[in-house]
Amino acid sequence: MRKSADSFCRSAVLYFIFIWFGLMFFTPNLLVLLASFLTKDPVWFLRLPLNLQNYAALGDGVLLHTILKSFGLATCTTLFCLLFGYPFTYFIARMGKDARAVLLMLIIVPFWTNSLIRNYALIAVLSDNGLINTFLLKTGLIREPVKLLYTNFAVFVGMAYTLVPFMILPVYAVLEKIDRSLVEAAADLGATPVDIFFKIVVPLSVPGIVAGCIMVFLPALTLFYVSDILGGADVSVLGSVIRDKFMVSRDWPVGAAISIALTLFMLFLLHLYFKSGNTVEQERQLW
Amino acid sequence: MVTKLLKALYVIGMYFFLYIPLIVTIIFSFNDAGTAEHWNGFTTKWYVALFRDQSLIKAAFRSLLLAAMAATTSTVVGTIIAIALHRYRFIGQRVVFGSLSVIMMSPEIIQGISLVMVFVILGVPLGFVTVLLSHTVFCFPFVTMTVLARLKGFNRNLVEAAADLGATDVSIVQKILIPLVLPAVFAGWLMSFTLSIDDVIISFFVSGKNYEILPLKIYSMVRTGIQPDVNALCAAMFFATFAVVLLSYRLVRKK
Repeated sequence: MRKSADSFCRSAVLYFIFIWFGLMFFTPNLLVLLASFLTKDPVWFLRLPLNLQNYAALGDGVLLHTILKSFGLATCTTLFCLLFGYPFTYFIARMGKDARAVLLMLIIVPFWTNSLIRNYALIAVLSDNGLINTFLLKTGLIREPVKLLYTNFAVFVGMAYTLVPFMILPVYAVLEKIDRSLVEAAADLGATPVDIFFKIVVPLSVPGIVAGCIMVFLPALTLFYVSDILGGADVSVLGSVIRDKFMVSRDWPVGAAISIALTLFMLFLLHLYFKSGNTVEQERQLW
Repeated sequence: MVTKLLKALYVIGMYFFLYIPLIVTIIFSFNDAGTAEHWNGFTTKWYVALFRDQSLIKAAFRSLLLAAMAATTSTVVGTIIAIALHRYRFIGQRVVFGSLSVIMMSPEIIQGISLVMVFVILGVPLGFVTVLLSHTVFCFPFVTMTVLARLKGFNRNLVEAAADLGATDVSIVQKILIPLVLPAVFAGWLMSFTLSIDDVIISFFVSGKNYEILPLKIYSMVRTGIQPDVNALCAAMFFATFAVVLLSYRLVRKK
């Protein structure tokens, strides 16, 4: 009696898991894969015949240009977040316990603030009569306001501003765990602070660096609202292209092909992520 | 000495970068002129306008309700999956693990379009149900991983002893596993709540025209450029977040 109740429980749960993943994970993703090989239809969105045209469209002039531009923007954003976020996190991680708690909280507050609101707030800094232009005009460095808002530069600032906590937090998680006695031993043996930083701290924090770079790079390719709020007329974010293919031009197949290419790229990054010594466990803690 | 000063300047500079835009916007939310150009005297009229905006208040309540429901469904689904992954060995277990990490890493836009395609093809009308389902899909892996982490550190002998003494699966789950994972379940719920209430991109695709939640309402407001009542909204959201973070810090530190 007991055994049969147990095995019923087991199969019920396992069926639930298979149905849930099947319906909510595999079906949607396989549908995107399938759609990427179909043909656009004005009424039903998709129809036969199967073809490879949609992938060929990725190499097409305008689209290729936007893809390259978006990758360029994501690379700049990631580099900025790494170069400015890493040393910052390193200094914080070496402070006393109480100072660390407060400083970390001050990073988390903007991180938790709605990201649309944070990008909107940047308008007050970047606009023609915003903080930067007012400052430059008052100090006499410029005579005419520099156009910052609604440019690619503004999108870059928005991405960096939105995503820098995604670099800081995983790096901090790794730096905090580094055994301090290693650093002290090196210092006792005559290593300079620069040596310690580059030969001990940086190599030990590679998993955090890789995690942070991925957490910055992927969203920097796809957060279309940053470009909507701060960008100009020309599209510079891959996410905007995907959105427009689905919501504006109703070209599901090409939209799906771009998504599949992006998914493959993500799987490659995920591979790097695990190869660099991260675990699924840490993936959860990133958030 | 000089390097110390540079270090301090750099750290302060980074905080400047994080806070200046928010501070400037908050200051101008009290500006009577309604723009950032010049200061025209203190006012709270933009806040009054904000709290009189019925559609905004409605969207905010809708969002809170949705986030609470999505967090609850994700917690139920996520916890069941975590306990099953811990207790059972089954075919496809590795695939389930792999899928969890893919969902957590996937750009939201890919989840958004793939789900909207399924809903459109199956003829499910876009609205509350589709948003709730979609939010559950992107939140539950975080619950599963949080609960699994808690289960990992616990002594399996406890369960074996219970089984030897005649406990059924149901009573093992009820009397041992659930009490054990409860803190992780709460943490997972909170995480799902914040993920759900902040989501713009997935909701943008799956919400349809008649179901407007707060992030999408804000999205349509901020796209039109500077508006004095949006400055006020910005300030209100910032202080709400600050209060929540402060509160959760207090709670964590007390433990």
